[in-house]
Amino acid sequence: MLIKNGTVLTVTKGTLTETDVLVKDGKIAQIGKNIAAPQGVRVIDATGFFVMPGIIDAHSHIALDAINEATSPVTAEVNEGDVVNPLQIGIYRALGGGVTAVHAMHGSANAIGGQCETLKLRYGTLDNDALKMEGAPRTIKFALGENPTRVHGGGNNIVPRTRMGVEFVIRQAFSQAKKYSEDWDTYNKNKLAKGFRGAPPTYNLRLETLAEILKGNIIVHCHSYRADEIFMLLKVCKDFGIKRIVFQHVNEGFKVAPELAAYGAMASVFSDWWAYKFEVYYSTAYNAAILMKNGVTTSINSDDAEMMRHLYHEAGKTQKYGQLSDDEALSLITINPAKQLGIDSRTGSLETGKDADITIFKNHPLSIYGVPQFTIVDGIVRFDRANDPADMRLMPDPKQNMDDVYFRDKGRDNCMDGTEFLFGSSAEAGAKAGDSLSDKK
Amino acid sequence: MKKIQLLTGLFTVLMCVLVFHIEAQNPKGKFGAFALTNATIETITKGTITNGTVLISNGKITAVGTGITIPQGTEVIDCKGLTVYPGMIDSGTNLGLSEVGSDPRTTDFNELGEVVPQMKALTAINPNAVAIPVTRVSGVTTALSSPSGGLFPGTAALINLHGYTPEQMFAGFEGVVLNFPNSGRRGFFDRRTDEELKKATETALKNLNEVWERAVQYHKIDSATQGKNAGYYPEMQALLPVVKGEGTLLIEVNAAKDITAALKWVKEKKVAKVVLTGVAEGWRVVDQIAKSKIPVITGSILELPTREYDRYDQAYANAGVLKKAGIKVAIRSEEKSNQNYRNLPYHAGFAVAYGMDKDEALKAITIVPAEIFGVADKFGSIEIGKSATLFVCDGDPFETKTQIKQVFIDGWQIPMQSRQTLLYDEFLKREPGLSKK
Repeated sequence: MLIKNGTVLTVTKGTLTETDVLVKDGKIAQIGKNIAAPQGVRVIDATGFFVMPGIIDAHSHIALDAINEATSPVTAEVNEGDVVNPLQIGIYRALGGGVTAVHAMHGSANAIGGQCETLKLRYGTLDNDALKMEGAPRTIKFALGENPTRVHGGGNNIVPRTRMGVEFVIRQAFSQAKKYSEDWDTYNKNKLAKGFRGAPPTYNLRLETLAEILKGNIIVHCHSYRADEIFMLLKVCKDFGIKRIVFQHVNEGFKVAPELAAYGAMASVFSDWWAYKFEVYYSTAYNAAILMKNGVTTSINSDDAEMMRHLYHEAGKTQKYGQLSDDEALSLITINPAKQLGIDSRTGSLETGKDADITIFKNHPLSIYGVPQFTIVDGIVRFDRANDPADMRLMPDPKQNMDDVYFRDKGRDNCMDGTEFLFGSSAEAGAKAGDSLSDKK
Repeated sequence: MKKIQLLTGLFTVLMCVLVFHIEAQNPKGKFGAFALTNATIETITKGTITNGTVLISNGKITAVGTGITIPQGTEVIDCKGLTVYPGMIDSGTNLGLSEVGSDPRTTDFNELGEVVPQMKALTAINPNAVAIPVTRVSGVTTALSSPSGGLFPGTAALINLHGYTPEQMFAGFEGVVLNFPNSGRRGFFDRRTDEELKKATETALKNLNEVWERAVQYHKIDSATQGKNAGYYPEMQALLPVVKGEGTLLIEVNAAKDITAALKWVKEKKVAKVVLTGVAEGWRVVDQIAKSKIPVITGSILELPTREYDRYDQAYANAGVLKKAGIKVAIRSEEKSNQNYRNLPYHAGFAVAYGMDKDEALKAITIVPAEIFGVADKFGSIEIGKSATLFVCDGDPFETKTQIKQVFIDGWQIPMQSRQTLLYDEFLKREPGLSKK
C-alpha cells in the first residue's frame, strides 16, 4: 500500500508535508517524497489529508466479555486474554475514531485485579487470539481508593475498607509472592543435590503472577486518583523493587508530578473528567499539561467506548488547558501510550520498520473538524469512511429484535462492570437512583 | 522597644502580604461600563463586524458596531485579534444541583416520587457550586438546570452563571420536565425481556395519561372557581401552566418509536408549548418532527449509536440531519455525570465535523436555545439592548486551541478563574518540589 502526498505527522520525527508512506508486509517500508508505487500496490491519495500513527488507548474495556473478577481483593491469576470477544461492534466504532490498538483492562474492583491484554483492532477476524498483539509485554490491573474499598470493605465486609487496608493488601500479596518465589528458588537450587528429600512448593498461579511482577516481567497499571495513594504505591514499588508502573486515571497526579517523574512512573489520564465521585472532586483539566511539563510520560485514555472514538479531540484539549504543542498533544495518544504498554518499538509513531498502524484524517487531528477517513492496522485497511456500509456487525443474530434501542446510562461505571450485585443497582434500581449509586470509573 | 517596633513592622508587612494574597486569590466580579474595542464581533443575528466595538453599561449592551464614541469613565479593553461572541447556552445540565455525582448527600436533582413537577430546580441550585466557575470561564454563561428521574421529575430553570441567590441567577425561563415513557434499554446491563420492557412502557404511558387527565380536570375546577377552590394539589398546580398552554413542557424522548408516540400524545392532548429534548433517534423520524414544528434540544452529540447496526457516526450526525429538515435545533452537552458543560462548543463542533452547517451549530448554542426559552430579547446574540452576557476569545470557539480571554455575564466582568485554574497555578511548578529544602 502506498499513501500518497499527505501531511505526515510522524510524532517523533516532525511533520513532513507532501510526503508518501509505503507499506509492505504490514510494516512501514519507507517514508519520503515521490515514492514510486510498486506494481499491484493499492494507492491511497492522501492529498490534503493528515497521516498519523494509529491512536493507542492505554485504558479500555472493549472486546471483553468480563471485566471484574470481584471475588477477592487480589485476583492476579485471572486474565482478560481468556475473554476476548472479536465480535463486539465497539471495535469497529473505535476504528472509526482512528484507534488501532487498545489496552483491554480488567476492572477496578480489586486492589490487585486481573491481567490485561494489549489488542490490535483487527476487526473482521472471528478468532479471538488474532486480536492479541503478539509479543506485547504482560500487564496487570491494580486499583486504589474508593472502588476496592467499597467493593470489598463495603460490599464483602473484608479488608480493604480504607486506603490503609489497600496498602496492606498489596504489601501482603507481594510479601507472599516473594516468599513463594524464594521457596521455588531454593527448591530448584537444591533439588539436584545428592540426597535431597524436600517436596516442591505448591504451585499457585496467583503467586506466580505476582512473582513475575517482582521480577519486572509484568507492567503494573494502577487505577488511582488521589495524590496520597499514588505516593503510597510508589513507596510500595520502591520497597519491592518494582520499576515498571503506570498510574491510570491519576486525577491528582499533578500534585505528585515531581515524585512520579523522579521514580520514572508514567501516567495515563482523562483529558477533563471530574466530579463523578469524591476522589475526583479536586481535579483539574490541566493535569496532563502539568504532568508533561514536569517530565512524566503521560497519555490520555478513554476508559469509555464513546470517548475512545475521539481521543484526538481529548488530546486537543491539552492545547486549551496548558497550551501543549501539536507534537506534545499527539504524543499523548500515540508514542506515550505505546511506551506505557511497552510496545513503542513497534507502534506509536510513523517510522520505517514500525508496524503499519496508520490513521488518515481529513483536517488536522487536533482540530475539532478532524475526521478519520482510513484506519489501517498492520497494513490492512480496517476502516474506510467513504466505502464502509452502515451495518458493520460481523455475526448478526438473526433473532435479534431490530427495535432494540440502547441508551447509555452515563452514570455507569465500566471499571465496575460485574459488581452491580453488591450494590443492588439493577436496571430497575438504577432507573430512579440515577447517578447516585452506579458512579463512574 | 526596638524589638516591638520590629515585630509591629513585620506584622504589618505580613498583614499586607496576607491581604494582598487573599485579594489575589479571590478576585470578584466587576460591574461597570466597558468598551471592547478593535474586536471582531460575531453578532449571530446580524452578521460579523470587523474592527468593531461593543459597549457595555449597566448590565446591557449599549452599542455595537464601528466608529463608536466611547463615553467617559468607560474601561477600555483592547480586543485586537480577538472575537466577541454571545455567551453559550447549555440546555443540558444539572448545574448547582450536583456537586459530587456519586454522593447522594451532595446531589439535589432527583427527588422521590414519579410525579413531582412541583420540585423546583431553582430553589436547590447552589450558587457556589464548584462547577459554576469551571463552566463559565469557558464561555458557557447560561445553563438550563434540570431535575431528573421518574415521570415528572420537576421544573427546570434557566440560570446565568453568576450571582449569589436564585433571583440573581435566574435567566427568565422555567419549564416542566417530562420523561416520556422510554422503550429503550439503559445499556447492555439492562436485561429486561422484550415483554417486560413493553409492559413497563405501557404502564408508564397509562400513568402519564392518568396524570394528564387529572391535570385537565384540575384546570377545569381551577377555572370554574377562579383559582379559589381547587384545593391543595401541588403537583397539579405545577402542571397547570402547561395545561393552560402558558408553560413549556420539556419532553425528554430518544427512541424513534417513543418520539412518534410523544408527537401523537402532544397532538392528542393539545399541549401548546412543547420542546423535545434528547431526540437521539430523531434522524429516523425526522419528517414527523419537522411536520410537528416542535423545536428540539438535542444532545449529547458525543454519543454512541443507539443500535448495533447503525452507522458509527450517527449520533454525531443527528443534529445536522434534524437541522437540514427544517427543524429548530438547539444543541446541549448533557455532560451531567462529570459536570463538563464547558465542552458544549465541542459538541457543536462535532456536529459540524459530521455534517451540520457551522453557522447553524453556533446558533444552536446561542440564539436558538434563547428563542426556545423565550429569552431571545435578552440573550443569544450581540445586539443593542440585550444583556451583556458574552465572551471574548482568540479564535474559533469550537476549536480546542482557542483560549477564552474574557467573560461577561449580565454586564459583570467575570474573574477568569476556577478551582481548576487555581490548581494549575499552584502545581505547575510545585513548591516545595521534590525536596523540601
